[in-house]
Amino acid sequence: MITALQIEGLSIRRGERTLFRNLAIRLEAGAALALTGANGSGKTSLLRAIAGLLPPAAGEIRFEGPADRDAARHDDLHLLGHADGLKGGQTAGEELRFQAAWLGGGERFVGDAIARLALEPLLDLEVRRLSAGQRRRLALARLITAPRSLWLLDEPMAPLDTARRALLADMMTEHLATGGLIIAAVHDPLPVAALTLEIGA
Amino acid sequence: MSVMGALLRREMALGWGRGGGPLPALAFYAAITVLLPLAGGSDTDKLAAVAPGVAWMALALASLLSLERLFERDFEDGGLDLLMTGPLPLELICAVKCLAQWITTGVPLALAAPVAAIMLGAPISLSPLVFVCALAGALAFAFVGGIGAALAIGARRGGLLVAAIVLPLFAPPVIFGGAALYASQLGSGGASGLLLLLGWTAAAVALAPLAMAAACRNAVG
Repeated sequence: MITALQIEGLSIRRGERTLFRNLAIRLEAGAALALTGANGSGKTSLLRAIAGLLPPAAGEIRFEGPADRDAARHDDLHLLGHADGLKGGQTAGEELRFQAAWLGGGERFVGDAIARLALEPLLDLEVRRLSAGQRRRLALARLITAPRSLWLLDEPMAPLDTARRALLADMMTEHLATGGLIIAAVHDPLPVAALTLEIGA
Repeated sequence: MSVMGALLRREMALGWGRGGGPLPALAFYAAITVLLPLAGGSDTDKLAAVAPGVAWMALALASLLSLERLFERDFEDGGLDLLMTGPLPLELICAVKCLAQWITTGVPLALAAPVAAIMLGAPISLSPLVFVCALAGALAFAFVGGIGAALAIGARRGGLLVAAIVLPLFAPPVIFGGAALYASQLGSGGASGLLLLLGWTAAAVALAPLAMAAACRNAVG
């Protein structure tokens, strides 16, 4: 379990451009953080840096709780953005089960995810036949099938309809209530109580 | 272990689905085998002499065909992000991907290799050696080729880059395997060449994942 995330003096560069410098964040278990800022300000890059995919130019990212940083990144966080890693030629059911197996969930959670996100009618369809919203629901299923502490979400609400936005809000509320952490890059306000950080301000 | 099994199953399913699975490589292989006698003349003695070598070299080229997309699509659709937030180290992930590539493309090519050699007039007694060389060689080609595919992530005309990076690395196994086949054809036994080939394959399987993982990290970051 990640109990807190501590970021100190973080700078991120993409090529020649410095997106932001000297960023400091402390996020405790049960808290959510909304990242706002203009397009290209570095919200996605920050999420990717926390997930360990993007090496920061300077500064430190620490996870309190897990034995080390690799344990946190390989076992206890979700990164979910536009590029969701779902394969067009696979069926939704195959992808759902792979996400569960790969990210450390179990078969028992798969049923929960299917029920909550109403995935039953999609299971036999190829992923490439899904609409953007359906595809996002399938990707969001990994939050349920593999319980992990820290959710890094990039525009999670964007393609969802009103009912599913409410559902995602419920999922977030429950996650926070059980000691989870959420960092989300958003343009609209998050549907849960959250701290706000404007990137590139 | 079950995690690794899940990844291998998925990679194999993707490998079969990716552009027709082993079929393009097999078709390419068949084309070389059929065209060689047309281009090189129908002198059967001459053909029989080069048959094992040609079957072997064509295998190396056919292996190249399906390599380009090994990492590229995962990079584009976020698959690499998903894999990198999973429990296995990236080196192991890369190894599993190459293993799946070998099973879906390399093994079918290895099965076709003795047939191609016989069609070109190689003695049937040589078939087991051709098959073993092809099986081991295809494994080395998959792992060494993976390095090229990982380095070419994000590059336009990646296929060209993969070929340029990988062909020099394909040379040693082609030489060892070719030597084994030639020596065996002359009746002096192909053991030394085969052992060198197996050694190269073992080294490729052990070392290539390190290079692939480094290239993937660099591409993603």
